[in-house]
Amino acid sequence: MSATEENSATEKDSATENSSADEQDLGPEGMTRRQLLRHTAWFGSAVVLTVVGGEVISHVATPDAVAVPPEDPNALRFAQISDSHLGFKGAANTAVEDSFAAAIRQINALPQRPDFVVHTGDLTHLSTPAQFDQVKQMMGELRTGKVLTVPGEHDSVDDTGQKYRQAFGAGSRGDGWYSFDLRGVHFIALVNTLSLEKLGHLGADQIEFVRTDVAGLSSDTPIVVFSHIPLFAMYPAWGWGTDDAAAVLNLLRRFASVTCLNGHVHQLFTKTEGNVTFHSATTTAYPLPPPGQGTAPAPVTLPAGKLKDALGIREVTYRKGSGLLAVKDVRLA
Amino acid sequence: MRISLVAQRIPIATAGLALLAACGTTAPPAAGPPMSGMPMGTAAADTAPVTTDAVSIEDFAFAPARVSVKVGATITWTNSDQEPHTVTSSGTGGPLKSTTMNTGDTYRYTFTSPGEYEYLCTIHPFMTATVVVTA
Ligand SMILES: [Cu+2]
Ligand SMILES: [Fe+2]
Ligand SMILES: [Fe+2]
Repeated sequence: MSATEENSATEKDSATENSSADEQDLGPEGMTRRQLLRHTAWFGSAVVLTVVGGEVISHVATPDAVAVPPEDPNALRFAQISDSHLGFKGAANTAVEDSFAAAIRQINALPQRPDFVVHTGDLTHLSTPAQFDQVKQMMGELRTGKVLTVPGEHDSVDDTGQKYRQAFGAGSRGDGWYSFDLRGVHFIALVNTLSLEKLGHLGADQIEFVRTDVAGLSSDTPIVVFSHIPLFAMYPAWGWGTDDAAAVLNLLRRFASVTCLNGHVHQLFTKTEGNVTFHSATTTAYPLPPPGQGTAPAPVTLPAGKLKDALGIREVTYRKGSGLLAVKDVRLA
Repeated sequence: MRISLVAQRIPIATAGLALLAACGTTAPPAAGPPMSGMPMGTAAADTAPVTTDAVSIEDFAFAPARVSVKVGATITWTNSDQEPHTVTSSGTGGPLKSTTMNTGDTYRYTFTSPGEYEYLCTIHPFMTATVVVTA
């Protein structure tokens, strides 16, 4: 267990002791602490998730109260942003470019520069050349070692991803997938938004790529997988799942720790299945309803002043030998 | 709103539900089981086709989801949603290929040979529907 994880358990204990005080502080509309936690979690705001030995600990904290990871020059640090939907015009967020710029500023203000920043798709709203150009320019302002992406279905509306690959596909294989190693972690970036049939789809070529890619890795290598659409069945009736994800997850079954990070659903959600933990990220653009609430995953317009609580960035840290990655979701400041 | 620190330890089995629960409204269903037996969107295949040459796109669905026309007929799709959609043949090589349809936009296609034409919206691929073309 790393120091971060031990801190999490300690914070939990003290928060429990202080719960009545918290309730006093928190109840905006007479909500109990638990209701507020749920409310906040649903809106995808500053929920900090740290995975500790088979349990998920969920923290709610203001952006300025985020725990700084321990000083360790060898620790892996990266940030995830998702679903910026540049070009979206609608009541749910009338200034998605401003929200995305705020997310970039927030990453640039992190106390330690992340090794890389990954955008997990729906960079653009409608795959126009101008939208690709804008998102690329804006991400060029990120203070980080490298900017990585996977495409969303909004990035391949009418050309099965050609414009996306022109802008972001350098160095990738096949339809845009790739893998790399960093600080003891093996990363795999998958594309599941191209041959869509109701659900996300990876396809035989990509599954074969993963098979060869992980063949030589020792089973204690932590694996991190990026995809736009979740690799678990979050809500298939709305297309929130990937029909052939099981083939890839089977190839990863022998690894001690697998972390799958996705976007697409515009809200936080975490689920553990055996050795795999799935973390859906929130968006920098606009919220979508929780699974099955309402008839369709249509953009949700929140009451005035509430939008920022639903938007956020994610920080991930890992220290070699600690086994699990620490995932923190922080709302837009 | 000032939140100093609130923490809660959630057993794994219920973590998803707790994270998803909204305030004061119906709890959403739990995330589905692994991929087998998952509920699907509009089941177009089992319903009898409606004889019409007009399909509306509304509430993230094609309506009617299964239509029937004679060879030579032209179908018109109209997007009545606030969100953009497409009319795109499923799989590869199909004839339907609209550009992005914004609110109020229409797309027309004339069917010249009989068959079943499945299509979807590439932006919301859970939106699926079928055109049955008869001789
Ligand atoms: Cu659509
Ligand atoms: Fe999205
Ligand atoms: Fe998406």
